[in-house]
Amino acid sequence: MSLIEVRDLSREFTIRKRAGAFRRTSVVKHAVHDLSFDIEAGEMVGYIGPNGAGKSTTIKMLTGILGPSGGSALVAGLEPSRQRRELARRIGVVFGQRTSLWWDLPLRDSYELLRRIYRIPDQTFRRNLEDHVALLDLGDLMDTPVRQLSLGQRMRGDIAAALLHDPEILYLDEPTIGLDVVSKGRLREFLRALNHERGTTLMLTTHDLQDIEALCDRVIVIDHGTAVFDGPLPSLRANGDASRTLVVDLVDEASPIAIEGARVVKVEGPRQWLAFPAGASAAPLVAQVAAAYDVADLSIHEPDIEDVIRKLYAR
Amino acid sequence: MSGPLHPQISLYAAIATRSFRRYSTYTAATLAGIFTNSVFGIILSFAYLALWEQNPSAGGYEADQAVTFVWIGQALLMTVALWSGGSTDDLAERIRTGDIAVDLYRPVSVLGWYLAADLGRGLYHFTTRGVAPAIVGALLFGLVTPSPAGAAGFLVSVVLAVVVSFAVRFLFAASAFWLLDATGPRVLLSVLATFFSGLTLPLNLFPDGLRQVALALPFASYIQTPADIWLGRHTGLDMIAAIGLQVLWAVVLLATCALVLRAATRKVVVQGG
Ligand SMILES: Nc1ncnc2c1ncn2[C@@H]1O[C@H](COP(=O)(O)OP(=O)(O)OP(=O)(O)O)[C@@H](O)[C@H]1O
Ligand SMILES: [Mg+2]
Repeated sequence: MSLIEVRDLSREFTIRKRAGAFRRTSVVKHAVHDLSFDIEAGEMVGYIGPNGAGKSTTIKMLTGILGPSGGSALVAGLEPSRQRRELARRIGVVFGQRTSLWWDLPLRDSYELLRRIYRIPDQTFRRNLEDHVALLDLGDLMDTPVRQLSLGQRMRGDIAAALLHDPEILYLDEPTIGLDVVSKGRLREFLRALNHERGTTLMLTTHDLQDIEALCDRVIVIDHGTAVFDGPLPSLRANGDASRTLVVDLVDEASPIAIEGARVVKVEGPRQWLAFPAGASAAPLVAQVAAAYDVADLSIHEPDIEDVIRKLYAR
Repeated sequence: MSGPLHPQISLYAAIATRSFRRYSTYTAATLAGIFTNSVFGIILSFAYLALWEQNPSAGGYEADQAVTFVWIGQALLMTVALWSGGSTDDLAERIRTGDIAVDLYRPVSVLGWYLAADLGRGLYHFTTRGVAPAIVGALLFGLVTPSPAGAAGFLVSVVLAVVVSFAVRFLFAASAFWLLDATGPRVLLSVLATFFSGLTLPLNLFPDGLRQVALALPFASYIQTPADIWLGRHTGLDMIAAIGLQVLWAVVLLATCALVLRAATRKVVVQGG
């Protein structure tokens, strides 16, 4: 049995709209639609998709705070919406846009409350607090009320909070939102170490693909509530109509280059961009171009992960 | 709620303590509130004195009892968060913004959580915004003091007042689960509580019919019941009956809160990504 098992999971929202003074119409929105995947213990999975794709909705269902309207989810052998409290002891959640800390209380007090809520044994609590406080560099902030923390500091405080009770799974919904480059880097390092040293399973949503490149062995891409890709990052790159680009600098401006196996996607003065399938070899193309034109320079660009994903979304 | 009792109690005590501490960081607001309560108390006292001059022992209160009633009202106004300021305001706001999601995934009773927080808050408001204006009232007007049994009954009654008012406020705030915004219900609630708690006028002065209804409503628990116990209008078995009615309301309302919360979480739509 996998740690997380999602089968045909669906969630609809009925949105009522006023249509005139007395009439109301309702529209059914399929936020998540027949979604299926498994996540094994110890995986680090990136869960990405455009705005409104259904990422947060999925995470809410996997924590049990939102019931599915169809299909099923099993997390650590529990049914989230029915066994929410029991599950809560085994998972940690960080919502980048919300805080689980208490606004008016110093960090230390928030942690103290969480210790009681999760009934964390003293020794575990002390060890986790020491470890995470040191690694997340929270030492000087322990006595600061949360409302006085910067976004990045608060995020670190939230992540430490989510880990105090040694969860097996950590869900992160946009954990790097609003963080500067340095903070992002540190956070990624921390999460990687957490996964390697403690074996914590991570599932994170993000709009920053560098998070994914830095952390995740596996990516699930969701669009309109349905998974459109599920696999390792390299195969996402090579996926489907992902293309590499041959950039040709001609000596003189010319009409678009016509060769077999590639098509011109852009022309800018003497420079032309030719797209060709990621799986194909560049050598015959280079030879064809060199034979037919006066070439000043040539370069090959690997498919950009963002491009690949943009294409997936556009399907 | 499951598991051993002890950690539960320690958790709720910790929540109440943190809540107390949280409110105590707003010293300026507290001082301003004490001032406002005192001014209101003075104005109402003079109005009552004029009224009682016309109509001595109205509703069965002597003039000095009536003035004491005013100051008890001022002392309990914030303690029971009659208009606003309770932990239930946070609840309504967290439902509106979707932050309630964070409360819901914790392995702890949401109702117990907010109740503990409100009790901590109530204790803070009672010891500051309750006691300080009462001292002002005592110095200016000389207030009626209770018997030892009356004082003890009063304190029990005040705790129940906070619980009952909490449960009522919780229900109104939880309407945000369905209405998304609980402003309307909250305004309605403040109006009801202002009239039926005894804050504006002791309920015993209400005309026949309305009086009996008002005395039976949960709002009477807010001010009327503790005040009457302080003033020695309920003694012995009568006091036990008055407190019993508060307990009954507390139990019925809290049970309703639990049901509503369960219905809400079942169909809950947590707002926001
Ligand atoms: N409470 C709700 N009521 C109605 N519709 C909702 C509700 N919550 C989400 N939706 C809709 O469901 C869809 C999925 O929303 P969700 O928040 O899961 O997206 P997301 O992938 O997390 O997007 P983002 O990247 O913007 O955070 C959206 O179209 C959204 O409008
Ligand atoms: Mg989202």
